[in-house]
Amino acid sequence: MADPMKIRAKLQGDVADIRVLISHPMENGNRKDSDGKVVPAHFITQMSVEVDGKAVIQGQTGTAISRNPVFGFKVKGAKAGDKVVIKWQDNKGESRTDEAAIA
Amino acid sequence: MRKIRTIGALCTIAALGAGPAGAAGEAIQDKADAEFAKFRAEMEESNPAELFELKGEELWKAKRGPNNVSLAESCDLGQGVGKVEGAYVQMPRYFKDAGTVMDAERRIVWCMTEKQGFKFEGIAKKPFAKDEYTPEITSLVTFVAGQSRDMKFAVPLQEPHVREAYEIGKAVADYRAGPYDFSCSTCHGSDGLRIRMQNLPNISSHEGATKAVLGWPGYRMTGGVMLTQQWRMNDCFRQQRFPEPKYVSDVITVLLTYMTGNANGAVYKGPGIKR
Repeated sequence: MADPMKIRAKLQGDVADIRVLISHPMENGNRKDSDGKVVPAHFITQMSVEVDGKAVIQGQTGTAISRNPVFGFKVKGAKAGDKVVIKWQDNKGESRTDEAAIA
Repeated sequence: MRKIRTIGALCTIAALGAGPAGAAGEAIQDKADAEFAKFRAEMEESNPAELFELKGEELWKAKRGPNNVSLAESCDLGQGVGKVEGAYVQMPRYFKDAGTVMDAERRIVWCMTEKQGFKFEGIAKKPFAKDEYTPEITSLVTFVAGQSRDMKFAVPLQEPHVREAYEIGKAVADYRAGPYDFSCSTCHGSDGLRIRMQNLPNISSHEGATKAVLGWPGYRMTGGVMLTQQWRMNDCFRQQRFPEPKYVSDVITVLLTYMTGNANGAVYKGPGIKR
């Protein structure tokens, strides 16, 4: 199973600053290993963020994102204690869901 | 005759050119530094190194190895068995059970072989991260380092063994050898030197040594890998065209004792982020 994400969600006024660190190889499928064989593509294709049960961000991601990526979002109208749920899915069908509370 | 005069003229231009060009170079350098400082400030709270801290914590607590014991219940980093808070900033230190001075990575390797029963050769085969591969020892060091965040470096230099290691480290830093007849001090022994756009910290001063030890272990954006200070030191040897030291070698420990000792009193900010 994939490694856990690290989520930080801080309230600044009524805007929640959400930051997530994802552990993922994000292989673009164009690199070759030391034997000259192509390293198969392995990257996150779907991502979603829910705040307090409501989907606030849904996105498709591609190969132009670094390994172990960091994403930052600003969400208006969030309250302290709201649950943030972040999900991702990659092209191999692996997925991971983690949650945190807004502080 | 004419040719010689032309060359003379060119030399004059070159000599005149050096001053202003140098100043412009410095300005560009400052700007590049400032830009990277901005990036670092932005990334400090979202440093991928934290992912390795999490992994390291799991590894620290898990029962592993042929002896099926965890490091948390067997490994003494100098603060008592299993205690990791503040251990990193107080290493290198002398360990009676091992009879020698050890830095954090070396000590954890020692615990893995002596307590958990892992084979040293197995750990030393691929000790540093490359591409997607991150050795367990790297995550463990990152976890331990993270447990000293915002604490002051306090290498026990008054301890005679540590003092000796410090003095040997100082001598090693000044030792010139290899095909380029280089020592560490050639580049890192005086203020204001740089290679290309990279400022070189003077490790013989408190400020320089602090710059050199802060931010390790560090997550390197280039390649997206987590690297330890052992890696950094080995790479210095490689860049000097010295033979590369064996993994967790004495020579690295004494150099780290010298550098970290010089940084004593500075606040460690935890695992860092590197370009």
